Amino acid sequence: MERKLIFKDYNEALKQDRLLGLKCRDCGAITLPPAMVCQQCSGKDLEVAEMKGSGKIRTFTTVFVAAEGREDEVPYIIVMVELDEGPWIMGNLDGVDPKEASMELIGKKVKMGHKVFPGDKYSAGESASPLFSLDG
Amino acid sequence: MERVAVVGVGSTRYSGAQEKTEVELFAEAATEAIGESNLKPADIKALFLGNALGDFNEGQGMLQAYAADNIGCRNIPANRYEGACASASMAIRDAFIWVASGFYDIVLAGGVERAATMGTGLATRTFAMFSDARYEYPAGVTFPAVFAMLAHLYADTYKIPLPKLREQMARVSIQSYNHGSVNPKAQFFTKNANMPVEKVLGSFVVAAPLTLHDCCPFSDGASAVVLASEAAAKKLTDKPVYLTGVGQASGGPLVTQGDFLPRLRAREISSRQAYIMAGLTPQDIDICELHDCFSIASLIAAESLGFFEYGKAGEAWEKGEADIGGRVAVNPSGGLKAKGHPIGATGAGQVHEIVKQLRGEVEPERQVEGAKNGLTDTLGGDGGTLVNLILQRGW
Repeated sequence: MERKLIFKDYNEALKQDRLLGLKCRDCGAITLPPAMVCQQCSGKDLEVAEMKGSGKIRTFTTVFVAAEGREDEVPYIIVMVELDEGPWIMGNLDGVDPKEASMELIGKKVKMGHKVFPGDKYSAGESASPLFSLDG
Repeated sequence: MERVAVVGVGSTRYSGAQEKTEVELFAEAATEAIGESNLKPADIKALFLGNALGDFNEGQGMLQAYAADNIGCRNIPANRYEGACASASMAIRDAFIWVASGFYDIVLAGGVERAATMGTGLATRTFAMFSDARYEYPAGVTFPAVFAMLAHLYADTYKIPLPKLREQMARVSIQSYNHGSVNPKAQFFTKNANMPVEKVLGSFVVAAPLTLHDCCPFSDGASAVVLASEAAAKKLTDKPVYLTGVGQASGGPLVTQGDFLPRLRAREISSRQAYIMAGLTPQDIDICELHDCFSIASLIAAESLGFFEYGKAGEAWEKGEADIGGRVAVNPSGGLKAKGHPIGATGAGQVHEIVKQLRGEVEPERQVEGAKNGLTDTLGGDGGTLVNLILQRGW
């Protein structure tokens, strides 16, 4: 069975601020991150679909202790965002002081851009990642 | 299916960075377990070894073969299990299945890790390898960050003001420190007893809202257990502890679990398997060693295991219902928080504690009197791997 969306293509699109997922032609659910079959019904009839890139923050944290090689990035905010299309996605939040991040962020609407993690000796190359900012 | 018993256990003390190799650490624990079982290395038919990050700990892969040879279990089949922090519990569950099937009568299982030896930077990096490398790690997710996000989500889901939740989380750490302070096998033995809430809340922030004292330490250590068929066990010990229920379940990346969080679906599936197999309910469990990698993780686990209502575990800790003498004694060893968390060994350490408790062989200050039924709960990653084991006194 042909895979409809591999990481390489997802990554290239995200670098152009286009967030790709898979829409199930059987049940209509969106699968993101991309997978072989529908996350909801395990159906195989999937088509690539572009997300609007908007959603709301469901949870967050500010990271103060970094992994090896990422010491210069702290402190930074990670958010889990529920996209308008349904799936949750992990990314960073821009435009808010990491030390001021509070529970008030939960429920806030965000829109998506991207950043690129250049990779380290373990990561088999770079990966683009959603970079959100508060919407309005 | 054969009944399967734990006939011997062994463990090193869990510690910070130390100088013994992983083979040396595991050999200590394994030799103790084999000796306690009144067996010789030549009696062991196979080894099931948990080891998550040996490649990074000390540049050692295929540790299981060298470990088996080192302890005199010559040329036996030896398998390594990697399921992040649940590695040893996976190993024990598979060991159980092989003995239950009748294929082997006596096997050794356990785990070893030198997480502390790696230091905070490399340990944080390698632990983050258990999140999704392509869709999550690029955002800089770390293990404290995962549970920090679950803490905020828990507060939002159950409408508990964050300051109140943080105080409840502090109670979890304080209870674990108290138990660990009287456990000679614990990393924080003689340390951190009666820590004030303010000290937990005021220690430095690792990933908001989790402070240092909300987080388990990085640890070195090894633990081992010998499993035997009922027939073999009866010849070896008059205190067999039967492994009567096992469960294991997997899950996808954290983001794919969104609608179920802060609960972890894999835990609810796994623990249900174990309860059904043992014919027990959560009300029957006297003692539970659960996966408190972070204070909030204890609350989430205790609820999914059926001990307390969703959103109410913090209150239970405040009332002492999760303490020795309460509704269920949670982590009388000190748990990952105070006993330590050498990730590849942790599940075997939990079984070690339950077996010692059921036999009545732990320090009086932390002995759960009359305990008959114990449960372990081991989490690998952020819901990627979940293993539960139920142990029952067999005499």
